[in-house]
Amino acid sequence: MARIIIPTPLRKFTDNQATIEVEAIDIRESIHALSALYPDLKKQLLDDTGEIRQFVRIYLGDEDIKVLNNEKTPVTEDAVISIVPAIAGGIA
Amino acid sequence: MNIIFSQNLMEVMKKHAMETYPFECCGFIFGKDQVGGRKIIEVQPATNSKQGDKRRRFEIDPLEYLKAERYALANDVTLVGIYHSHPDHPAIPSEHDLKQAVPFFSYLILSVSKERIENITSWQLDHKHQFKEEFIKIENQIETLNN
Repeated sequence: MARIIIPTPLRKFTDNQATIEVEAIDIRESIHALSALYPDLKKQLLDDTGEIRQFVRIYLGDEDIKVLNNEKTPVTEDAVISIVPAIAGGIA
Repeated sequence: MNIIFSQNLMEVMKKHAMETYPFECCGFIFGKDQVGGRKIIEVQPATNSKQGDKRRRFEIDPLEYLKAERYALANDVTLVGIYHSHPDHPAIPSEHDLKQAVPFFSYLILSVSKERIENITSWQLDHKHQFKEEFIKIENQIETLNN
């Protein structure tokens, strides 16, 4: 099963679970499977049409899925998927 | 909420802010939430990967972020916050800080000038997406990952 690492800011939606295992063939299925398990997380990750939100960055291993095949990127049994929040700020 | 640091960890962040001046520094804060507050166990400087004016903005590369999450999992700690500096500006969150902030994290801000650290504050979002200041407590005896 693929393992999804939940970033700490989103763990309140996963009963404080840091990693979740899902059965899926690609990234899209993985995120949908995760959303089905934790409905409160769903609106953080998916828009009203069920697409992964633009600002949600997803990595497969060390690779941004944008440089792979986006949501259609296949995942293997031992895949590690990370959801990454944007971290930024500053004076102005 | 209290956020509890050792003096040593505080010095790591101060040194980073001074060395990075006049640019903004940034880094990760690891700890555990306990009765009495958020106890900080380790801080790790990160790279300000902002393309553009690093004197006014910071950004952490997603890959560096996910490595910090993996580090936390491997060491049984939690990534509980982010620190950054405000060169020649007060340690008050900006509109940009607020816009970019995510829930749960403590955002520690170091106001730094060329000569010294002027002030340090810490903030966390409330349920209305507004920053609420945390009380920074310094303790000398905190178990760290390195000892």
